[in-house]
Amino acid sequence: MLGYTIKRLLQMIFVLWIVSVIVFLMMSFTGDPVFMVIPIDSTEAEIAQAREILGLNNSLIEQYAVFLKGILQGDFGRSYVYRQPALDLILERLPATFEIVLVAIVLAAVVAIPLGVYAGANPNRASSRAIMSASLLGISLPSFWVGMMLIFLLAVQWQMFPSSGRGDTVDLGWFRTSLLTADGWHHILLPALTLSLGTMAIILRMTRAGMMEVMRQDYIKFARAKGVSRRGMLYGHGLRNAMIPVVTIFGLQLGDLIAFATITETIFAWPGLGKLLIDSIYRADRPVIVVYLMLVAVLFVVINFLVDIIYTWIDPRITVK
Amino acid sequence: MTATPALEAVSPKEIPAKTGAPLLAVEGLRTWFHTFSGTVKAVDGVSFALRPGEIMGLVGESGGGKSVVGFSILGLIDPPGRIEDGRILFEGRNLAGLSEAELRQIRGRDIAMVFQDPMTSLNPLHTVGRQMDEMLQLHTDLDAAARRARCIEMLESVGISRAADRLSAYPHQFSGGMRQRVVIAIAMLARPKLVIADEPTTALDVTIQAQILKLMRRQIRDNGTAMILVTHDLAVVSEMADHITVLYCGKVVERGPTDDVIRRPAHPYTRGLIDSIPDPAHRQPRLKQIPGAVPDIRKLPKGCSFKDRCFRAQALCGEQVPELVVQGDRAHACHFPLTEGDSR
Repeated sequence: MLGYTIKRLLQMIFVLWIVSVIVFLMMSFTGDPVFMVIPIDSTEAEIAQAREILGLNNSLIEQYAVFLKGILQGDFGRSYVYRQPALDLILERLPATFEIVLVAIVLAAVVAIPLGVYAGANPNRASSRAIMSASLLGISLPSFWVGMMLIFLLAVQWQMFPSSGRGDTVDLGWFRTSLLTADGWHHILLPALTLSLGTMAIILRMTRAGMMEVMRQDYIKFARAKGVSRRGMLYGHGLRNAMIPVVTIFGLQLGDLIAFATITETIFAWPGLGKLLIDSIYRADRPVIVVYLMLVAVLFVVINFLVDIIYTWIDPRITVK
Repeated sequence: MTATPALEAVSPKEIPAKTGAPLLAVEGLRTWFHTFSGTVKAVDGVSFALRPGEIMGLVGESGGGKSVVGFSILGLIDPPGRIEDGRILFEGRNLAGLSEAELRQIRGRDIAMVFQDPMTSLNPLHTVGRQMDEMLQLHTDLDAAARRARCIEMLESVGISRAADRLSAYPHQFSGGMRQRVVIAIAMLARPKLVIADEPTTALDVTIQAQILKLMRRQIRDNGTAMILVTHDLAVVSEMADHITVLYCGKVVERGPTDDVIRRPAHPYTRGLIDSIPDPAHRQPRLKQIPGAVPDIRKLPKGCSFKDRCFRAQALCGEQVPELVVQGDRAHACHFPLTEGDSR
């Protein structure tokens, strides 16, 4: 296990290095950042000077070396726009996105898994068919439309929920949370629901497919022959056997949610990473984009690692080497 | 002997005339599957009885409805299958009329089941100990320590060494034969009165089969349990069973005490099954086989279902379904049953 962890860590470092190269090249080939940092009426000489200071006249390799060295020291440079360290900007916004994604994924799991189990265990019931049709909607409806409809109906028409913002927050050290206040929960529900619908539908369908497969197995019939209740059969024997593909999708979806949070955050004016990213892209605020991309890469790699570990918890036949 | 119309046609109610109250009496059981391509009458009017401690062999080819009988008894028939008719009297209670909750009390506690393939009948994600413990949790009031002790005792009695350690092992850490031992241990845990063993040795190596059969017989005898041994292997049945019920296309074609049936089969189908057992004493260049295959059960021919494969079939067989005819402890459903005079 320790050996496996070390091996995976080395793999992760390798992947992150590759990502850093790609990010660096992407940034170098998209626009000239010098125009972002100098006043609009600068002279040629000033521009040349700025280039020199920013190190843009050096070769790509040299620039990359400087870039990599900065990353390794946790220095991603300062935002051209906010004149603050880019990492600090990201870390300040991170909690808001983290929370909306967390609430969304928990919501998706709590709703989708029981419904998926039900639909998988009783595939021919009308209620199961209704669930599956609804899940198809969940997959097909774009989240920006769902978000706007929710705002229109629940926030504007019936005024049950606020339409934007995070509400009251509490500071836990650098981590600013809205999950400890009632107002915060009131604010997070609509955007989290919007964000979770697609994932909810996919997890539901995966759970159903897995359960349908599992319910045909002999060990389910053997459990029934032992006198196990239907509930015990579904959740005690069935669900865990259906979980491997669901956990895989869960991991992938978690990454997706962070990415899609951008859209939802924009609609609900949620002060998270997504909004910062969009703003930074508009303003070609390179350092911020770089931190964001590296952060997402780290998250994906870590989530994948955790998914592999969870496999071994679920299924004793899977060993990590 | 030719047709014997004088003999009484058997009503489903009738059970072999034997002393002692039966533990289980299946009467006129019909389990049908309503599929898109027609109704499959997998079990169509099956009757038999079993006294406490007896072993009954339920014999027939694949697709003969043997397994469905076992599942019907435990109420484990899923749609599109349905018990259409008949009674399953277990200690006088009709299982066919019980609710799912009532059946759950009987499953495992009074009637346990051993499945064909030990590789798939244990949950791969639960330890053997947990799967055993579940049975005791469901059906006894024992505390955790007592349950553990009982599990260890049971595992040892099915011949698994270091039982205490093996409780925390997963099924994939056992071989096929060992797994079947575990399955048998689970089935016997709650000391059931009846065990339904559905082809318990079919999926095992030949060398293991004899061990498992011996083990099952000992377990059955030691606990005074009755057993229905569902199998296509007449050789296995002849070693184990007190009496035999032969099924063909969902119907009982012959039944009686094992030795008697093996020695003097009345139904040509039974005779065919017996003839296809290899006999090392009389080496034949080719094993005898029953010609043809089991017909499509959705489109059974008129008259006797076996007539197209039968060497004695006559015109009557194509017109009239033979009724089950009871003579003492024997019964057969054939217009032209074999008699002792018929040469092998």
